Amino acid sequence: MKGIIAHLNKAFENRIRLGIMSVLLVNDEVEFNRMKELLDVSDGNLASHISALEKEEYVLVKKQFVGKKPNTTYKVTKLGKKAFADHLTALENLLKKK
Amino acid sequence: MTEQEKHLQDLKEIRSLMEKSSKFISLSGLSGIITGVVALAGAVLAYSRLQAYWMRSDSGRFNEYSSFIHTAIPERMGWSNLVFELVLIACGVLAISVGVSVYLTVKQAKKNGQSIWDKSSQMLLINMMIPLVSGGVFALILIKQDLFGLVAPVTLIFYGLALINASKYTLHDIRYLGIAQLVLGLMNAASIGYGLFYWGIGFGVFHIIYGTVMYLKYERKS
Repeated sequence: MKGIIAHLNKAFENRIRLGIMSVLLVNDEVEFNRMKELLDVSDGNLASHISALEKEEYVLVKKQFVGKKPNTTYKVTKLGKKAFADHLTALENLLKKK
Repeated sequence: MTEQEKHLQDLKEIRSLMEKSSKFISLSGLSGIITGVVALAGAVLAYSRLQAYWMRSDSGRFNEYSSFIHTAIPERMGWSNLVFELVLIACGVLAISVGVSVYLTVKQAKKNGQSIWDKSSQMLLINMMIPLVSGGVFALILIKQDLFGLVAPVTLIFYGLALINASKYTLHDIRYLGIAQLVLGLMNAASIGYGLFYWGIGFGVFHIIYGTVMYLKYERKS
C-alpha cells in the first residue's frame, strides 16, 4: 500500500496546482489572466502556486511586453508532462486497488 | 471526505478543466432546431419561386430545370431576376440563422459561466471559417459562371468539412453532423439538379435532428 502512495507526487497535492497542470496539458500556452479566470483564484494565490511548479521545473514561465502591458504566459515542460502523467496513473491505481 | 473521495474529486476536476480550457462547449442545440426550420422555410420559398419561373418560361415542364442546370444558359425572361431572388433567399436564411445562433450561444455561455470570447471560442471560429469561407467564395464563383447545379453540393461539402474541422474545439458530436453533410454533398454531386432537395435535407432536416439531440443531451437537464 505504501508503495502506491509513494508514487503520488507531492508537488500536485494542492487543487490549484492540479488545475494549473490540467490546463497546461491541453493548451500550448496559457496567459496569466486566462488561467486566473479558468481556476477562479486570486492573483497572489495563482502566482505562488505557479512559482512552486516552476521551481520543480514542471512549468515554463515566459514574461514579455505586449505594447506597454506586461504579459505572462505559461507552458508545461517535458518533465512536467511526465510527472503529471505519473501522478494521474498513481491516482488511478490507488482508486482501483481499494 | 475520505481519501478516495478526494482523489475521485481531483480526477473529476482535472477532466472538467481540461475540457473547459480547450473546448468551447456552449453551442446551443435550440439554435440548431431554429436554423433547420428557417432553412426548410427558405427551401420551400425558393422552390415556389422556381416553379413560378417555370410557369413564366412557358414550358412549365420539370425536366426543363435539369437542362439549364449544367452549363451556361442563354438569358431568358426573368432569369437573372430569379437568380437574384434565390441568392436573396439564401442570404436571408443565412442572416437569420447566424443571428439566432449567436444570440442563443451567448445566452448558453452565460449560463455555463463560460466566456463567449476566449481562446477556445476563437479557435473554434477560426477553424470553422477557413473551410466555410473557401466554400462560400467557391459557390459565388460557380454562380458567376452559371454552374448552378454545383452550388448546393459544394456548399454542403464545404460546410461538412468546416464542421469536422471545428469539432476539435467544441463538443465532439458536431463531427457526426459534419460527416453527414459531407456525404450528402457528395451524393448531391452525383445527382446534380436536385440541389434544393439536398439543401433542404442538409441544412433543414439534419440541423433539426442534430439540434434536438444536442438539446436533449446537454440543455434540458441543466
